[in-house]
Amino acid sequence: MSRFFDRRWLPLLGPLLLLALWQLVISAHWVKAVLLPPPMDTMAHMASVFASGSIFPDLWATLYRTLCSFGIAVAIGVPLGVMLGSAEGAYRSVEFLIDFFRSTPSSALIPLFLLIFGITDVNKIAIASFGAMLIVLFNSAYGVMNAKKTRVMAAQIMGVSRWHVFKDVLLMESLAQTFVGLRSAVSMALVIVIVAEMFIGSETGLGHRIIDAQQVFNVKEMYTSILVTGALGYLLNLAFLLAEKRLIHWSGKA
Amino acid sequence: MTASLPTALMPPLTDETVLTLRPAPKTHVTVRGLSKSFAGAPLYTHFNLDLPRGKIVSIFGPNGCGKSTLMNMIAGLVPVDSGEILFDGKSLKDTQIGYVFQNYRDALFPWITAWDNIAYPLKRKGMRAAEVKSRVDELVALFEIRFDLARYPYELSGGQMQTVCIMRSLATRPEVLFLDEPFSALDFEMTLFIRAKLQDAHIATGTTMVIVSHDLEDAVFLADRILLLTRRPTRIAEIVEFDMPRPRLPEAVADPAFVAVKARTLEVFRREMAS
Repeated sequence: MSRFFDRRWLPLLGPLLLLALWQLVISAHWVKAVLLPPPMDTMAHMASVFASGSIFPDLWATLYRTLCSFGIAVAIGVPLGVMLGSAEGAYRSVEFLIDFFRSTPSSALIPLFLLIFGITDVNKIAIASFGAMLIVLFNSAYGVMNAKKTRVMAAQIMGVSRWHVFKDVLLMESLAQTFVGLRSAVSMALVIVIVAEMFIGSETGLGHRIIDAQQVFNVKEMYTSILVTGALGYLLNLAFLLAEKRLIHWSGKA
Repeated sequence: MTASLPTALMPPLTDETVLTLRPAPKTHVTVRGLSKSFAGAPLYTHFNLDLPRGKIVSIFGPNGCGKSTLMNMIAGLVPVDSGEILFDGKSLKDTQIGYVFQNYRDALFPWITAWDNIAYPLKRKGMRAAEVKSRVDELVALFEIRFDLARYPYELSGGQMQTVCIMRSLATRPEVLFLDEPFSALDFEMTLFIRAKLQDAHIATGTTMVIVSHDLEDAVFLADRILLLTRRPTRIAEIVEFDMPRPRLPEAVADPAFVAVKARTLEVFRREMAS
């Protein structure tokens, strides 16, 4: 069997099956063509929007907003999380707030942010960075709090200064958990940016493109934009996974 | 001499201190008037102990008598309620100690290689790179290391990790090395190996060592003195001396002298269990 079938091709099986199912649904007329275009037409349309370059302004706008939000979330969330994590009393005192807002869907806060920031680009970035920041903060704080006590004691016994115990042990210990946070946070930022582009008046972005296509029943365009958005999310996640594997080589092993 | 001092200058005699109860000759670590209780239940009250210089002392006793607590209080990992612990008359702050944990996996730093783990305390002491290298090389020679120290801790076997822990704890040439159940997570083969390595290190460096063990044979094998503790509130039941010459080979466990000391230790242990 291994002669004909290499296990490395297994991951392709799922997507191919989905495409086949998609085609079957069209061919068997289970769904109206006006709701679901044939897969090959959609792929052709996707190729054309990339070839003409018409999707790039929207793709870059979404990527730019997502990365901006993520950058702000990291710049605030990591230092704050590490600080709160190393003073457990401080974390406990704000734990409820963090958990409450982490559990609140950020899209529910869109009207609130509209009041504060108006219908601007800043608003989309502000709400996405808020949602992503809570995830980063929470994971960084827990990374520090769950640091192995034995390692901290080992460093203390060596006579290492408090600053170096913090920098060499606590901070390093928190990195694995922090990276989990970063990966979830970039996905969260993308989700909120897309939702914000759909519902907070917007001229650019993949979210804007999806909702515009839907309004005029341009389903090929809508599915293309959905697939591109999905691919963007997947690639961002993949980039963080690869970075994590390289940088946090001990994750899950120690 | 203290008798000639005017009484007003005398310290109150309610507590033992090194002034009222002087250490025995050749003492390295002096514990005086140590008290510690947990949730109101006293574990140690006015506990006195002298640990001899350059010897290996094994601490052995019934479950819950606070073997590890005693060692951790001396090592500064557990705060004392009251009492005085001196290393050659110095406080812990001015003393370089080493500590080997039972759980080697949690004690090593997985983000740096085994070599860097051993070198870490030296680098943090501000030692130059060349000096660090020569000190690590010395330890590699002493422990006859045959595995690759460029690997990360999680790539090593349990016995190799514990060996790295011991090398790291000895790197700074500590005055006293504390070992908390160093064999309990190791298989028999590795226990024999680490026991032999610890003995080699002791012969080569003469470091004072304190070992907490729950295995009677391990406790006796390395020890010059076996400190037997009572049930709580904990006192010293007996200190058994064991002066079999080193190096002791694994076969030493069948030696009549070894068997006799082990039997004596067991007898005291059972007496304390029964009381």
